[in-house]
Amino acid sequence: MAERSFAKEVEKLRLGAGEEFAGEGILAITKALLQCGVGYVGGYQGAPISHLMDVLADAQDILGELGVHFEASASEATATAMLAASVHYPIRGAATFKSTVGTNVASDALANLASGGVTGGALIIVGEDYGEGSSIMQERSHAFAMKSQVWLLDPRPNLPSIVKAVEDGFELSEASNTPVMLQVRIRCCHVHGHFIAKDNKRPPMSVADALAAPRRDTGRIVLPPASFLHEKEKVAKRWPAAVDFIKSRKINEIFGSDHGSVGIVMQGGMYNSVVRALQRLALADTYGDTDVSLYVLNAVYPLVDDEFLAFCEGKQAVLVVEEGQPNYIEQAFAAMLHKAGRGTKLVGKEHLPMAGEYTGQVMLDGIGSFLRANAPHLLPGEVRAPNKLGEGVDTADLINVVPGRPPGFCVGCPERPIFAATKLVEQELGKHHIASDIGCHLFSIMPPFELGATTMGYGLGPASASAFNSPEAKRRSISFVGDGGFWHNGLTSSIGNAVFNKNDGVIVIVDNFYSAATGGQDILSSRASNRTKSTKHPITEAVKGMGVKWLRHIDRTYDVGKMQATLREALTTEEKGPKVIVASSECMLNRQRREKPLVDKAIKGGERVVKPKFGVDEDVCTGDHACMRLSGCPSLSVKSLDDPLRDDPVASIDQNCVGCGNCGEVADAAVLCPSFYRADVVHNPSRWDRFLESGRRAAIGLLQRRRESRRLMFADA
Amino acid sequence: MRPKAGASDDERVIKLAVLAVGGQGGGVLADWITDVAERNGYIAQSTSVAGVAQRTGATIYYIEMARDTGRLPVFALSPSQGDVDILIAAELMEAGRAIIRGFVTPERTTLIASSHRIAAVSEKIEPGDGRASSEKVHATAEAAAKRFIAFDMEKIAAENGTMISASLLGALAGSDTLPFTRESYEQAVSAGGRGVKASLAAFGAAYDRARGIAAAGDKAAPKPAAESKAVPKVSGPETLLKGWQELAVRVAALPEPVRDMAGRGLRKVVDFQDIAYGGEYLDRLDKAVALDDADHRYALSTAAAKHLANAMCYDDMIRVADLKTRSSRDRRVRKEVGVKDNTVLQVTEYFHPRIEEFCGTLPVGLGSYIENRPNLAAFLDRRINRGRHIRTDSFSGFAMLWFIAGLRRWRRRLLRHKVEVEHLERWYELALAHARENYALGQEILNCRRLIKGYSDTHARAQSKFDRVLSALPMLEGREDAADWIRRLREAALKDEKGDMLDGALKTVATLD
Repeated sequence: MAERSFAKEVEKLRLGAGEEFAGEGILAITKALLQCGVGYVGGYQGAPISHLMDVLADAQDILGELGVHFEASASEATATAMLAASVHYPIRGAATFKSTVGTNVASDALANLASGGVTGGALIIVGEDYGEGSSIMQERSHAFAMKSQVWLLDPRPNLPSIVKAVEDGFELSEASNTPVMLQVRIRCCHVHGHFIAKDNKRPPMSVADALAAPRRDTGRIVLPPASFLHEKEKVAKRWPAAVDFIKSRKINEIFGSDHGSVGIVMQGGMYNSVVRALQRLALADTYGDTDVSLYVLNAVYPLVDDEFLAFCEGKQAVLVVEEGQPNYIEQAFAAMLHKAGRGTKLVGKEHLPMAGEYTGQVMLDGIGSFLRANAPHLLPGEVRAPNKLGEGVDTADLINVVPGRPPGFCVGCPERPIFAATKLVEQELGKHHIASDIGCHLFSIMPPFELGATTMGYGLGPASASAFNSPEAKRRSISFVGDGGFWHNGLTSSIGNAVFNKNDGVIVIVDNFYSAATGGQDILSSRASNRTKSTKHPITEAVKGMGVKWLRHIDRTYDVGKMQATLREALTTEEKGPKVIVASSECMLNRQRREKPLVDKAIKGGERVVKPKFGVDEDVCTGDHACMRLSGCPSLSVKSLDDPLRDDPVASIDQNCVGCGNCGEVADAAVLCPSFYRADVVHNPSRWDRFLESGRRAAIGLLQRRRESRRLMFADA
Repeated sequence: MRPKAGASDDERVIKLAVLAVGGQGGGVLADWITDVAERNGYIAQSTSVAGVAQRTGATIYYIEMARDTGRLPVFALSPSQGDVDILIAAELMEAGRAIIRGFVTPERTTLIASSHRIAAVSEKIEPGDGRASSEKVHATAEAAAKRFIAFDMEKIAAENGTMISASLLGALAGSDTLPFTRESYEQAVSAGGRGVKASLAAFGAAYDRARGIAAAGDKAAPKPAAESKAVPKVSGPETLLKGWQELAVRVAALPEPVRDMAGRGLRKVVDFQDIAYGGEYLDRLDKAVALDDADHRYALSTAAAKHLANAMCYDDMIRVADLKTRSSRDRRVRKEVGVKDNTVLQVTEYFHPRIEEFCGTLPVGLGSYIENRPNLAAFLDRRINRGRHIRTDSFSGFAMLWFIAGLRRWRRRLLRHKVEVEHLERWYELALAHARENYALGQEILNCRRLIKGYSDTHARAQSKFDRVLSALPMLEGREDAADWIRRLREAALKDEKGDMLDGALKTVATLD
C-alpha cells in the first residue's frame, strides 16, 4: 500500500477526447501513455517518479480494461530489460525510474536494447533528480543517451508539452528503431496544470497476441556478427532517421523574433526559467512573447545540425543554456559552427556556472551578463546599470541562528531504536566501521546518531564493507541494508557475496515492510496482501537460502535492549562468516495511515481500544537531553519551564506521539532517567476495567490524602 | 516581475512560496491556494519537491498565478531571490531560512509566518539550551519584509483540532494580499471534504487574528513573563503553617532583589523535605547576603538563592517516588493525555535502579559498608540493576512508590544525603571564599551548579564536567577575567555530551599567562 493513494485521481485517466485534464505532471504522463496505445508499462519507484509508479499501481483496473500489462519491476535493470518485448513485436512499451541512479542500474539492459534496436516504440521516462531536493549524486542522464545512442527528449515543463513529448517519443522510437528516453525534472513531475485530453487507445497488439504468435530475428540479437552491424546501423540508418523525424515534425521550437543579433539555445526543461529571466529583464511578457530569439531543444540528443546553423544565421552571438556538466550540447554546437566556418560567437558556461542547478537567480545573472556583453541596446537602462535592489537585508547573523533541517526519521519510526541500540553498543565496545545503504535508514548518518561512513548504492551496504574482512581484524564491520535495497539487488550483491567470500562482518537488514523511502510501495516481503502482487515472502527465508548460518530475527525493533544484546552477540561471537540480523517493524508512516482510521472507527463503534502515548514528568526531568541524543524523534522536543530556578529547557512530548515505545525503552536500556511514563488510554473500557479502576483509585486516593493532609501543600505543586 | 511594456497590471504574475517542515501538510495548503485562485478566474500552477523532503526536513511549495486572459502564461517552477510576492512560513525558523535565501524583500514581500517553534535535532541534543533565538528572526523579518504577519498558527490549529495548513490559509486570506474573497477560500476548504468543520474554524480564527495584526501592524506577542510565585498559596496542618510563616518572615526580611528567588527556592526545599530544611536553606543563604551589597544588586545572593535550592533538592529515589505519587501529578497526566470520563487511564513508569541508587537510599553506615565491598556491591547490583516497568495506576505499583516516598522522613540519615551535603558545602564555601576577593568569580562558581543534572551515568558525566570546570580555578588565580573564563568554560561544558569542547577550552586556559 503506497503512502499516497491516487485512487481518486486515476479516474481522470478515463477522460475522453476534448475534455480538460487538470492535475499533476506524473498523472498527465500516465494519461498520455494510454492515449498512445501503450501495450505494457513497468518501472522502479524513486523520487521524482515514485508517484508515477503509484498512479500506475492505482490505475490497474483501467489498464486492465485496455489490455495494458503493468509490472512493478524488481529494479531499473528489470524494467529496461522488459522493453525487450518491443524488439520483435510492434508493441509500445514504457519503463520509468529515477535518474541517474536508476539509469546506472539499467545501463546493462539499456545498452543491449539500444544495440539490437526496437520495432515497437520503447519509451524510458527518467525522473531527473537534480538540484534542490535531490537525494543523489549530481550527474546527467545525457551521457547515457550519448554512449548507447538512444534519443533523449527534454520537453518544456508544462502539461501540454510533456503529453506531446510522450506521443512524439513513441513515434520517434518507431521511426528510428531506437529506444527513446524522456527526461522530466523533479518539479515538472509534481507540477499542477491542464491539457486537453484524447481518447485512450487499446494497444493494436497486446502482449497476449505476441505470446500467441512468437517471432525471432537473429539479426536483432547482440552477438557477433550482428552486434558489429548494429553499431554501423546506428549511425548509418537510425541516426539519420531520428534527425529527419525531429526536423520534419518540428520537435524543437523557435520563439521570439527570428531576426535579432543574439539568440538563446536551451534544453526544453530550461525554457520557463529562461523566459522568467527575460521577463525580469523586461524583455518578455507574461506569455513569453519576446524580441530575443529562442531555440528550444525539446530533443537534446541527437542535435540537428542544419536546424541549429539556420538559427545562428545572421546572429553575432548565441548563448547555450545547458544545465549540468560536462556541457555536451555546447561542445557539439561549437563544433558545428567551427566545421561550417561560421562567425557566430557561441557562449555558455562563460556566463552560466559550469556546475549546479540553474535557479532563477543564476539564470537572471547569466542571461543578463550575456546580453550586457552582446546586446546592451536591448536592455532598459536600470538593467544595464543596476542600482542593487531587491537583494533583501543583511542576513549575516541570521545564518548563524537558523538551524539546518535535513530530513530525518519520522515520529515513531521503527528504525530509530535500531540506531539507538547501535549507538549504545558502540559505547560498550567502541567505534566500528559502519557501511550504510540507500533508504530511510541512511538518516542514521545525521545527528543525533551520526552512524555510517559510506553509501555506495542501493542494496550495496554490505557489499561496500566486503573489503573489511581480515583474519588479523580485532573488530568486525557493521553494514546496513534496507528491505527495499535487499530485494533490489542486495540479496545477491551483498548477502550472497558475503557468504561466498566468508565475510566475517555483521549485516543488519532493516525490514520495515515496504520500500519506505520511495513512498511505501509493496515489495516481496511486505506483510499486507496485495490484490495484484505476491507478497509475504520472509527475508529470513531468502537469507537462509543464500547460505547464511548465523541469523537472528528481531520482530519488534522497539525492544532496544534485545536489539543491543543481539548486536553485541553478533560483534563478539566466535562463529565465522556473515552475522545477519533481520530487524523487522512496520514503517510507522504507513502503519498509522493503515491503522488510524480503523482505530477511530473501532472507538466510535464502542469497541475496547487501548491507545498509548508517552509523556515526561517535567519536575523529574533535569533537562540534560540525554534521551534526545538517542532519539531525535520529532514529537520529543524541548520546552521552557515557567520557573526562574530552572535554566535549561526540559523534555516534552507533543500530541503527535504515537506511543511507539522508543522513549521508555531507551531510557531503560541506557539507564537514563525516570521522567518518562507511558499513558495507555482505554477507550470504551469493559465493566471489569471500570470496576478495577474505581477500586484502585479509591485505595490510591486514600494513600494520597493521608500523606497530603500531613504536609504543606503549595498552590501549584 | 516588471511586465514587458504594454502588458497591463491585469496580466501580472503573482508569486507565492510556502516554506514548511515535512509533515506539516504544506501540500494541502498549496492545493487549497491553487483551488482558490482557479475559483477566482485565475490560471494557477503549483509545484513542490516531494521525495525525502516529506521526512521532517525543510520543504518548499511554490505557486504562481495570473488572471486568465485566454492565453497560457509562462510560469516558473521554483521561487527566485527577490521575486516573491507572498511568503508563507509554517514555522518561525523557516521564515528565517526564507529571508536567508533571499525570498523576502522589503519592496514587495508579505511574510506570513507562524511564530511557533519546531526545534531542529541540532537544537535538542545540546545538554544546555541549544535553541535558536526567535527574537533575532523576528527582528530581521521586520526589516526584511514589506509586511510581516506572525502569530502562533499552530496553536490556533491545535485548539480547533486540525492541521496548521488551515490556520495558515486563514492568515493568508486575512492578510488581503490576494485579490480573492473570504468566501472563495472557505469554498476551497469545504471542497476538500475531510475535517471541514475543524479546518473552517481554524481558518476563521487565523483570518480574524491576521486582520487584527494587519490593521495594528504589530508583531507576534512574545510569551508572557512568569508571574511571581514568591509568596505561593499554602495549605496544611496548623503547626506546619506556623513554621512556614516564620520562614516567610525571614524571606521578607531579605534585601528586595533577593526575595523573589529566595521565596521560590524556600518553597522548593520545603516541598522537597520539610520546614527545618527550609531553615537550613535560609541559614546558608544568609552567608551570601552577609557578603553582598546593593551596589551589586545582590547578584551573588540571588545566584545563591537559586542554586542552593537546586543543590539541596537533589534527585534521589525518594524525590522521584514522591513526585510521581502526588494527586497533582495524577491530574496533570490526565490533562496532558486528555482522559475523558468514558475512558480509563493506565500509567507505566520506567525505572532502572542500580546499586548506587540502592545504597544511596540506605542508612549511611550500611550504604557505605556495601559500597566499600566491590564484590558484595557487584553481587547485589546483578540482582537490582535492570529495567523495571511499574504500573502506578495499579495499587501494588503505586503503594511501592508511595512507601519509597515515605522514606523522606529519614532522608537526613541516608547515604545519598550525606554525599550531597558534603558536595554542596565544598562548592558553596569555595564560591563564598572567592567572592570575598572577586565578587564576579564567586557568582560564576555558584552558577556552575547548573552543570549538575541527570541521573546515573548522565549525572556522573555532569559531576565530572562540574569538577573539570572548577579545576581551572588554580590556573585563574588572581586574574581579573577569572569570572569570564569560568563562564566560558561552563558554557562550553553545556555544548556537548562528553565535554570535548570543555576540554578544548581548558587547554586554552592552561596556555594563559
